[in-house]
Amino acid sequence: MRTAELLGKAFNRLGLYAFVINDYPSLIRGGHNFCKVRASGRQVWGHLEAVELVAALNQDTISLHENELTKDGLVLFDSDKASYKGSYKDYSIPLSSMVKEVEGIPIMRNSAMIGAIAHLYGIPLEPVNEILTWAYGKRAEKNITLAKMGFDHAKQNFDPILKLEPVKRDLTPFISGTEAVSLGAVKAGMKVYIGYPMTPSTRILSFMGTHQDELGIAVIHPENEIGVANMALGVAYGGARCMVGTAGGGFALMQEAFSMAGQSEIPAVFVVGQRPAPAVGVPTYTAQADLRFVLHVGHGEFPRIVVAPGDPEEAFVKGGEAMNLAWRYQVPVVVLVDKHLLESYMSIAIDERKVNVEPSSVAESWDGEYKRYKFTDSGVSPMVFPGTLGAVVKVSSYEHDEHGYAIETPEGVTNMLQKRLRKMEGIIEDLKKRETVKIHGDPKAENLVVAWGSTKGAVLDAMQLIDKPLKFLQVMYLSPFPTWDVEDHLKQAKDIVCVEVNMTGQLRSLIREQTGHYIEKAILKNDGRPFDPVGLAEKLKEAFGGK
Amino acid sequence: MREFDSPAKNTWCPGCGNFNILAVVKQVMAELVESGDVKSEQIVISSGIGCHGKISDYIKVNSFYCLHGRVVPPLMGMKVGNQRLKVIGFAGDGDAYDEGVSHLIHTARRNLDATFIVHDNQVFALTTSQVTPTTPIGFKTKSVPKGSFESPLNPLHLMLACGATFVARGFTGDIPHLRSLILQAVRHRGFAFIDVIQHCPSFNPTLEKFKPKVYDLNKEGHNVEDFAAALEKAKEWNDRIPIGIFYQMKKEIYEKQLLGDRVLAEEKPLPSVQSVLQEFM
Repeated sequence: MRTAELLGKAFNRLGLYAFVINDYPSLIRGGHNFCKVRASGRQVWGHLEAVELVAALNQDTISLHENELTKDGLVLFDSDKASYKGSYKDYSIPLSSMVKEVEGIPIMRNSAMIGAIAHLYGIPLEPVNEILTWAYGKRAEKNITLAKMGFDHAKQNFDPILKLEPVKRDLTPFISGTEAVSLGAVKAGMKVYIGYPMTPSTRILSFMGTHQDELGIAVIHPENEIGVANMALGVAYGGARCMVGTAGGGFALMQEAFSMAGQSEIPAVFVVGQRPAPAVGVPTYTAQADLRFVLHVGHGEFPRIVVAPGDPEEAFVKGGEAMNLAWRYQVPVVVLVDKHLLESYMSIAIDERKVNVEPSSVAESWDGEYKRYKFTDSGVSPMVFPGTLGAVVKVSSYEHDEHGYAIETPEGVTNMLQKRLRKMEGIIEDLKKRETVKIHGDPKAENLVVAWGSTKGAVLDAMQLIDKPLKFLQVMYLSPFPTWDVEDHLKQAKDIVCVEVNMTGQLRSLIREQTGHYIEKAILKNDGRPFDPVGLAEKLKEAFGGK
Repeated sequence: MREFDSPAKNTWCPGCGNFNILAVVKQVMAELVESGDVKSEQIVISSGIGCHGKISDYIKVNSFYCLHGRVVPPLMGMKVGNQRLKVIGFAGDGDAYDEGVSHLIHTARRNLDATFIVHDNQVFALTTSQVTPTTPIGFKTKSVPKGSFESPLNPLHLMLACGATFVARGFTGDIPHLRSLILQAVRHRGFAFIDVIQHCPSFNPTLEKFKPKVYDLNKEGHNVEDFAAALEKAKEWNDRIPIGIFYQMKKEIYEKQLLGDRVLAEEKPLPSVQSVLQEFM
């Protein structure tokens, strides 16, 4: 875990609600990496662009972030590596010398810095030491010494910014979408995770890998994304629940197999982490511009489910739901997330009882000769796996008859296509019983904000800064589109603004396509960064201002 | 053997080498079941796209009729899901060496316990004759009317370099040999690769051309454990063409290393993830 994440975890243990965003360029060593840490006595949903403290290990951090400081902001820096002559109040601390004193390695400057920050916020050293021990285990000793050195130096030389009081609340995880979506899938019975490294989904592969024994799963990193997706279909055909993870570019390589999942009716869950595209784009940053891509990915007509959680708790629940839906309806399911959701940590409650292995379409018995693609009213055929006595299980990429043998007749083709498409009716009825959208804010407000995915956080935080009553419709299911849960809110609203991290208003156009409702106003951007709540609040005020 | 007879109508051209492979494979399966090696419900075949691919429809047994080039990844997936399955993949030379060559390379290297049979007729037949990676120089098609000028791939060298633990060549013109070869491949514990020289009566009728040239290298004292000798023998492609097992060795299989003896398809779901969630408190 990164230092800022350790700090966030310490805040979390004190009962505060923390949020940490991690900003890094696409290189291994060097470059400018930074995290923003926010903590509060109430739930926070994101970071703020403006900061009150710049804690700098180098000169770049000061020069690049000084302009983000609030009026009373403070610069804290390693006096061995940087200097400051600006207009803000500054505190210097000889971090490198401290590390030298304990014969540590340069990266340990972070621990002395944490100690100093702890003093500035009136945090005792105990929770900091606990976290350092948790993070570094046997190697924690020098880090703990350094934290104390940083703390003591700060105590002697700096005035605290404020004294944080521990808050009494039920402890929640401080977690990112990566771990949450992984655990949701495991709770829903996932036994195999397959992935090829690609930001922002690489951390899923790492998390699954490091926790494979505890979670009882197998983790595979094959030759490429084409291998990943086709392998996943093999796993499910063999009888085990499987999830794959990738980014937009990797998913582009998987799309033939996605279509195969549709044709062969093999359950498959794809976690797709968005980042700025086209092509390689801006690899280590965030975006919401692959919605249209995942809605249409794969050649041919077949039912698919697309769900976009907005925070780690939703990633846990919807990750599990995705797995259950895939196995009930034998369809491919996309869990559409992004870098901001997958890699930012936040304090949020997760109730694992919300996800269980639900009844699936796996059959215990069948009448007569087994037919993998038996025609049924629901379109869902009883599924068994190779190794089942008395059943010949044939799946096919070709259009096929009920047994799975290739066919070409117009009636045969139509019947099987209709059988598959019929499954969507059952999926829609099923989703009507699930949470497809969330309503936040004032349910009676005439002004409506519409958003999806991780933009939820910025909208919720921005709403805190706006006096006018606002309703916020967060759309979670994108396919099938939950018109039953969306239309009334659109009709009731006098003024609607859609907020998305893309330049073409992809949810806005989807809403028009699915409901006929045209949302005139949109706040859009696609610069790799999530919305800043303060800036978004200004734009929302402006957008709603005229009425 | 009749239990594997499929109701699907066979549409291969009369005299196609695929018929020989089909007949042999059904015999091998029957023998495996009879000898108690495996139960018929545990056998899974998989095929790519092209004339050969129809073999999935022509054997009444569990099958995964893949996308073009993707025969190997689903085989690996199903073995990870249930390592008790006995899996046999079929691919064309276009499937195996063009579109899906990366999967072949890496699965050989991993030593997945699977058999992989390439119907190598040196031509894309179902799409009515185009060149593949094994098409000889000078072969004319509509897309290369002046004749192919690309050096063909040597599949045996490729598989030897990739670490396949069973590397062999068969010939559709020698059915008893092919039968014995496929049986040995299926019984081999690890990645068993057979490139089958196959004639295509419509676009590359090589049967009479190859018949006088092929000989069984295993009858000429070839040591199948000698890697250098295997590489040397695999160069031979002139007046004499060796068929048989070029190389065989013992090595731990992929699924055993990944899973031990676990059968994931039969495992209960994890009842709680609370202990991992606790890490994030």
